[in-house]
Amino acid sequence: MLSIKIISPFDQKTIDSLKSGNRVLITGTIYTARDAAHKRMYEAIQRGESLPFNVEGQVIYYVGPTPQKPGQIIGSAGPTTSERMDKYSPSLLDYGLKGMIGKGYRSKEVVDSIKKNKSLYLAAIGGSGALIARTIKSMDVIAYEDLGTEAVRKITVENFPAIVINDSYGNDWYADKEINQSK
Amino acid sequence: MRIIHYEDIVEKVSKACQDVNFDIGSDVFDSFKKSLETETSENGKYILEQLIENAVIAKEERVPMCQDTGVAVLIVELGQDCHIVGGSLYSAINEGVVKGYSDGFLRHSIVGNPISRTTSTTYNTPAVIHIELLPGDQLILNLSAKGAGSENMSSMKMLKPSDGLQGVKDFIIETVRIAGPNACPPLIVGVGIGGNFERCAYLAKKSLFRPIGFRNISKEISTLEKDLIEEINKLGIGPQGMGGNTTALDVKIEMEACHIASLPVAINLNCHASRHKKIIM
Repeated sequence: MLSIKIISPFDQKTIDSLKSGNRVLITGTIYTARDAAHKRMYEAIQRGESLPFNVEGQVIYYVGPTPQKPGQIIGSAGPTTSERMDKYSPSLLDYGLKGMIGKGYRSKEVVDSIKKNKSLYLAAIGGSGALIARTIKSMDVIAYEDLGTEAVRKITVENFPAIVINDSYGNDWYADKEINQSK
Repeated sequence: MRIIHYEDIVEKVSKACQDVNFDIGSDVFDSFKKSLETETSENGKYILEQLIENAVIAKEERVPMCQDTGVAVLIVELGQDCHIVGGSLYSAINEGVVKGYSDGFLRHSIVGNPISRTTSTTYNTPAVIHIELLPGDQLILNLSAKGAGSENMSSMKMLKPSDGLQGVKDFIIETVRIAGPNACPPLIVGVGIGGNFERCAYLAKKSLFRPIGFRNISKEISTLEKDLIEEINKLGIGPQGMGGNTTALDVKIEMEACHIASLPVAINLNCHASRHKKIIM
């Protein structure tokens, strides 16, 4: 199986063309946010305030990188467990978010919201932070700098490897993998 | 009476914190390679290949293999004829962790207050330190960098004695099944059986310090370990939950006596980044 090369932010045509279980290599712009940043963004939405970046059409990667060594763009930067963001994701998807990258299961609410909003959830390979860091070509902290590793970063990636878990048609690779394996 | 200096402990702990995060160690690395030969799913093989490449990069460039550089957990074997001078053993270990994590550009992953999540602590401390007092004059520090992805999917239950061996096995398999992709398989499954409530959890943690492939010396337990490896690898979870037959790289069990009314079982999951080091002073 070959990996499909895609551009981030994802356009609707790209999203529609992908199916759960597809391996992809992502090139383009991605924003990073994990627990603490999600809580702040969610609370901002509740209060009707603007978000630190326009999430419409964008992709969020759940990661808290290690501090970069001198000369490095970013430290190790593998995915963190996505379910901790489940409480906040449907609001962001309704706000126009088109992609999420993390690892592990999503709640039923998130899976339904992915289908409703015609978006994607992808898994990066947990515990491969050194390898993933090599695909990150630039990094800027753009919001919530006080959160340290949990600050929001804008990153550009080149051939960032991931696997589609939940596609826009309601398929779930984790749930379907036994069926897919026996094919 | 053997004298060990505070500063020596600080230095050794600092170096070990960095080494475990950069170099996965041959037991885990070899088991990745072995699993690649037997893994049946295409995505599973792809992931194992990426993990092997990741381990090579981390070791060569001395960067963390995973961004969750963990909480430093130490099981200290302290000989009662060993005397530590220059400060307390606890302070020496914590100072070593601060130095190791900051010098090595490792992540500070600890919040001081688990509810408000606001107060910050000194760089990635406190370490979790367990001390076992033993005969002799040696000081051995068993250090691990334990990530939260797998720690969060760990579980503990007070079973009924009538649940027996089948009840124990069912609970272990169910824990691995529920953890699925969240705990970052392929896993090392650490199990404590017996003791009491807190002792059982400690036994599960302690079992994870045994290198991959090393069986419990008891024939009864080593047989159970082998049976469980086989059963877990039939679950179909596979590397990162993408499907396949490499779900557990190993199962480790430690067992102790317990109350006539109890059957405590604790399961401490470890992701494939099983980072351990033994420091003999």
